[in-house]
Amino acid sequence: MARRILLTGLDTFWGGKVAKALERDPEIEMLLGMGTKTPTEPLERTEFVRADQSYSLLSRIVRATEVDTIVHTFLVVDSSSMSGRALHEVNVIGTMNLLAAAGASGSSVRHVVVKSSSLVYGSNPEDPTWFAEDTPRSRPPRARLERSLTEVESYVRDFADENPEVAVTLLRFANVLGPDIDTPISRNLSRGVMPMIAGFDPLIQFVDEDDVIRVLETAVRTRLDGVFNVAGRGRLPVSEVASIASAWRLPLSPVLTHQLAAPLVRLRLLDLPTELERLLRYGRGIDTARLEATGFEFECTSAGAVERFAAASRLRRTVGDALPTYRYEADVEAFFRHSPAVVRSAEAAEAADPSQPAETSGTPAS
Amino acid sequence: MPARQPRHPNERPGAPAGDPDAGSFRAPVVPFPSAAPAERGAEDDSRRSDVDEWGRSERVRRLARAAGRFYYERWFRVEWEHLERIPRQGGALLVANHAGAIPPDAPMIMHGIEDQLGRPVYGLADFWFRTVPVVGTIWSRAGGVPAHPDNAHRILHEQGQLALVFPEGIKGPQKHVSERYRLRRFGRGGFVETAMRAGVPVVPIASLGAEEAMPILYKVPAVNRLLKVPYLPVTANHLVFGPLLGTVAYLPAKFRFRVLEPVHFDVEPHQAHYPRGRIMDAAEEIRMRLQEELFEMLSERRSVWFG
Repeated sequence: MARRILLTGLDTFWGGKVAKALERDPEIEMLLGMGTKTPTEPLERTEFVRADQSYSLLSRIVRATEVDTIVHTFLVVDSSSMSGRALHEVNVIGTMNLLAAAGASGSSVRHVVVKSSSLVYGSNPEDPTWFAEDTPRSRPPRARLERSLTEVESYVRDFADENPEVAVTLLRFANVLGPDIDTPISRNLSRGVMPMIAGFDPLIQFVDEDDVIRVLETAVRTRLDGVFNVAGRGRLPVSEVASIASAWRLPLSPVLTHQLAAPLVRLRLLDLPTELERLLRYGRGIDTARLEATGFEFECTSAGAVERFAAASRLRRTVGDALPTYRYEADVEAFFRHSPAVVRSAEAAEAADPSQPAETSGTPAS
Repeated sequence: MPARQPRHPNERPGAPAGDPDAGSFRAPVVPFPSAAPAERGAEDDSRRSDVDEWGRSERVRRLARAAGRFYYERWFRVEWEHLERIPRQGGALLVANHAGAIPPDAPMIMHGIEDQLGRPVYGLADFWFRTVPVVGTIWSRAGGVPAHPDNAHRILHEQGQLALVFPEGIKGPQKHVSERYRLRRFGRGGFVETAMRAGVPVVPIASLGAEEAMPILYKVPAVNRLLKVPYLPVTANHLVFGPLLGTVAYLPAKFRFRVLEPVHFDVEPHQAHYPRGRIMDAAEEIRMRLQEELFEMLSERRSVWFG
């Protein structure tokens, strides 16, 4: 069955990468990406629409394109990347609008994939060594980011309850590392520093960025249904992360950690959002048995993901960013996608065939 | 009066000299099974340390064992009775009375069982430990596991290992010397529920000696509140060894552990809920048996220091 997919956050790291991965799947007839900025990833056939998270536009897009799958990759999981208010707007209001559009009467949506984070479990001394998908948090969330993600998940759960005919995949990812991803931990490691809270050396988990994309791709393809933890195998102490990435261990005071680290953060010598500080104190483990029972196999272990990141940053130190940066030009992209002058390769034409005449003639696909 | 079987600590109980696998019990390093969802990470060649998924490090364990051996054999001169009642395989929840300002009973029980039965024991301790810098990390590397029902279930059911808990919790070690060997309330019976759910027996262990190893003479509640610690007492050790050394040095009391008959629960495992009354009754019964056994052992004890 041909699939029609709507993707959020096409301009973000995950949106772009996932779109690129999904483009390869001939089963997918139409791929539409939303974003507030232009895409940063060179894409073959993904349509781009510049839109914010307002509800009216979303429901019009869903109705007009008759998408059957929504992939929501645009959840912010790094509180240092934007202000608290913007974060709430993007995560909570954006998801609420998206789900409202998906659940509107007569909606064609049958599958929703949400990329959430293991941050919803928090990081507290009372935690179990492993969180299963249905283990509750030990303490109510206090950090703004964790609160917003918890709220997002409650909307997703409500949506799943109200729309039993829609398969809802909620994926909770552990900390991601990889050659390209930019996270507080990767920024610290790139500076050659791993912040640690003096006297604490908890166990943490990582998942490789390519594994993240493969999980999202698999979730779309196989219509996974339910909540899944996603993390590479194994857990490793923070000190070991530092030694794999050959970073200097920067001990921070166990009391007044934030206040004392504030000057370093202000001077951009260190990244220490609240959620990272909690993680460096108590660590976190999530049990991925449920995902692995579906037959998914990770390519990288937790330590492997750190290793891969370390290798890439060693290369970068010598060569710099080797790839030329891509700039999205709307006219050029429209030309390549829709102009009859462009000769499309046989298989691409075959894959795109049903929608091709309709798109070029401007009438909605039947 | 039950038959007493005093043993030399180095002697493995119930093992005839010709036992073919006797040697394996004396292996210096107990092969420790990695955690359930772990195992799979065993072949991970990116690892740089030997810290497993519970946070346990075999290197730190070896150091702890070396230190433990001295205390076990020379300082506390630990003796076991009815060690054969501890199952040789399969999960079991070990339950003991808890005492001493910094309780030495947990490491001694863990060391003894690891040493003589060749079985690792996971000591479950209050999550409060995790909040203490350095101590929390060392404790975790040495094989300590936060006492969470999920953790206990994983150890007992999925891995079929021995777990050690002290149902009195923090109330045990913080009692005054005048209340020694009087068991506190056994929490809310959570340990019984855990054992029922995992389908494993509870094995009570009566422990003698820890109360006298670091007895609490005086407690200063104001300081506790100030430092946010559960208790910060003045112990007899402070008087004997001085304020610094006395905080960490134990008095050489004679330790004696008596393993009681295992308690099996006749209930279906893996239930979401068990009747509260049933749990409380079972917990109270185990508490009573331990208390009686302790009084009996006390009546047999001639000397605090020599047993």
